Amino acid sequence: MNYALLAAKAADSGTKMEIGDAAVTAVFGYVVVFFGLILLMAVLYVSGAIFKSKEAKANAAKSAAVPVKEAAPAAEAPAAPGSAGHVKLHGVPDKEAAMIMAIVADKMQTPLNELRFISIKEVK
Amino acid sequence: MDILQTLKDLWEGSGFHSFLVDGGWKNLIMILISCVLLYLGIKKKFEPLLLVGIAFGCLLVNLSYFTADSTDALYHPELWTNFLDPDSEYYHSYGTILSHGGLLDILYIGVKAGIYPSLIFMGVGAMTDFGPLISNPKSLLLGAAAQMGVFLAFFGAAASGVFTGNQAASIGIIGGADGPTAIFLTTKLAPELLGPIAIAAYSYMALIPMIQPPLMKLLTTEKERKVKMEQNRVVSKTEKILFPIIVAMFVILLLPSTAPLIGCLMLGNLWRECGVTERLSETVQNALMNIVTVFLGISVGATMAADSFLNFKTILIVILGLVAFMFSTVGGLLVGKLMYVLTGGKVNPLIGSAGVSAVPMAARVSQLEGQKANPSNFLLMHAMGPNVAGVIGSAIAAGFLLTVFG
Repeated sequence: MNYALLAAKAADSGTKMEIGDAAVTAVFGYVVVFFGLILLMAVLYVSGAIFKSKEAKANAAKSAAVPVKEAAPAAEAPAAPGSAGHVKLHGVPDKEAAMIMAIVADKMQTPLNELRFISIKEVK
Repeated sequence: MDILQTLKDLWEGSGFHSFLVDGGWKNLIMILISCVLLYLGIKKKFEPLLLVGIAFGCLLVNLSYFTADSTDALYHPELWTNFLDPDSEYYHSYGTILSHGGLLDILYIGVKAGIYPSLIFMGVGAMTDFGPLISNPKSLLLGAAAQMGVFLAFFGAAASGVFTGNQAASIGIIGGADGPTAIFLTTKLAPELLGPIAIAAYSYMALIPMIQPPLMKLLTTEKERKVKMEQNRVVSKTEKILFPIIVAMFVILLLPSTAPLIGCLMLGNLWRECGVTERLSETVQNALMNIVTVFLGISVGATMAADSFLNFKTILIVILGLVAFMFSTVGGLLVGKLMYVLTGGKVNPLIGSAGVSAVPMAARVSQLEGQKANPSNFLLMHAMGPNVAGVIGSAIAAGFLLTVFG
């Protein structure tokens, strides 16, 4: 094989840099990445605030239209960690509930924050 | 017929003979390396979808049956040397590659033109749920912080005096923990280093569960690791549809060189979220992604010819790549700790290490370490925010380096 000749012929891309230039480029590059993502963060906060206020208005309109419900049952079951809303747990420890929710999300190929668990009960 | 002469010709024309002459032993070493990579991919499951293809491409290109000047060769390094040589009459001539190239040369055009990494990004976009990031935009800071390794490794490589600026930039991007981005940038800036950089990037991505946990334990306290984070708000469908459009506009306007990567990533995500292109989303996630992975793996492996791989630079790239990965993890963790302090202990700093991209493995590592400290901890969705922010962050870092050195 004649790859040795070819490898020798292939020139390195670009030119070597001074240490000072390399340091300035590295710092500047890191700053640019932060700048870009902070800009994006600001945009997401603004759009998020708009959507949240819209949602709040819609909820307020809904609650004004619907008559007040009867009082909720006195004792509520404990909520599971990491779930959307409140999940009623009937004889299921927190840890097992979190595992069950993660498995369901995985099997359904759906992100956990898009699923709503009402209650988890151990069937004996 | 002269039987002896025929036998001699057959022997001299065989690959076995070429192992014994003109540095052929190096190809033998590369064949052994490709077998080790195949073992790691198949047995140890190190990023097998790509590593098996890369290893087999390496095996094919180093089998001596195909000499460099043979018309039967699968891959012709001399064609690519001419392609990259501004003094050659074949400079940037894809026509020459198409008319004289072998199978791997033609497949490699997709790498050289940056098509495969961009299409992989399209698939990644279609598979990614940006909900955790939209619901908690602060995650973007962690994604940015975790690019620290990119620039530290770049500085280290440039300051070593061994590498040019272009090569240092390509080595640094290994710290982005994003294979397609590393391949994209390296083919543009330092194609002669594509083999070792791709191998280093994918190997370290596979080793994330081993590289990150010691650093996570070293830089965080037991109390910090036990922090349970509040559930993020639910993101509406409209926000998810608007997100890829907004990101594409802002990031591409800021750094136009990121357009192929960010454009494809966000197009894939828009197909996923808009709800009217399910067929396209499914195709991009599965069929297209698989086809491109086949082409990408084998053609990247083809660049691992012995003389361009077996040298001191490869060893340095492997070391600098590890440094890049480690410091990217450290960067994310440090900003995670800062957030922990500023929020009065509401943020678990372990999610910071997920900012190194490598979706979703880095987020899984955060989840596992969090649960080790507190079995009822559930950090996965919180870590997915910085994780996908890291993908955007590494694309911006690549765009910056491409703008400076391209």
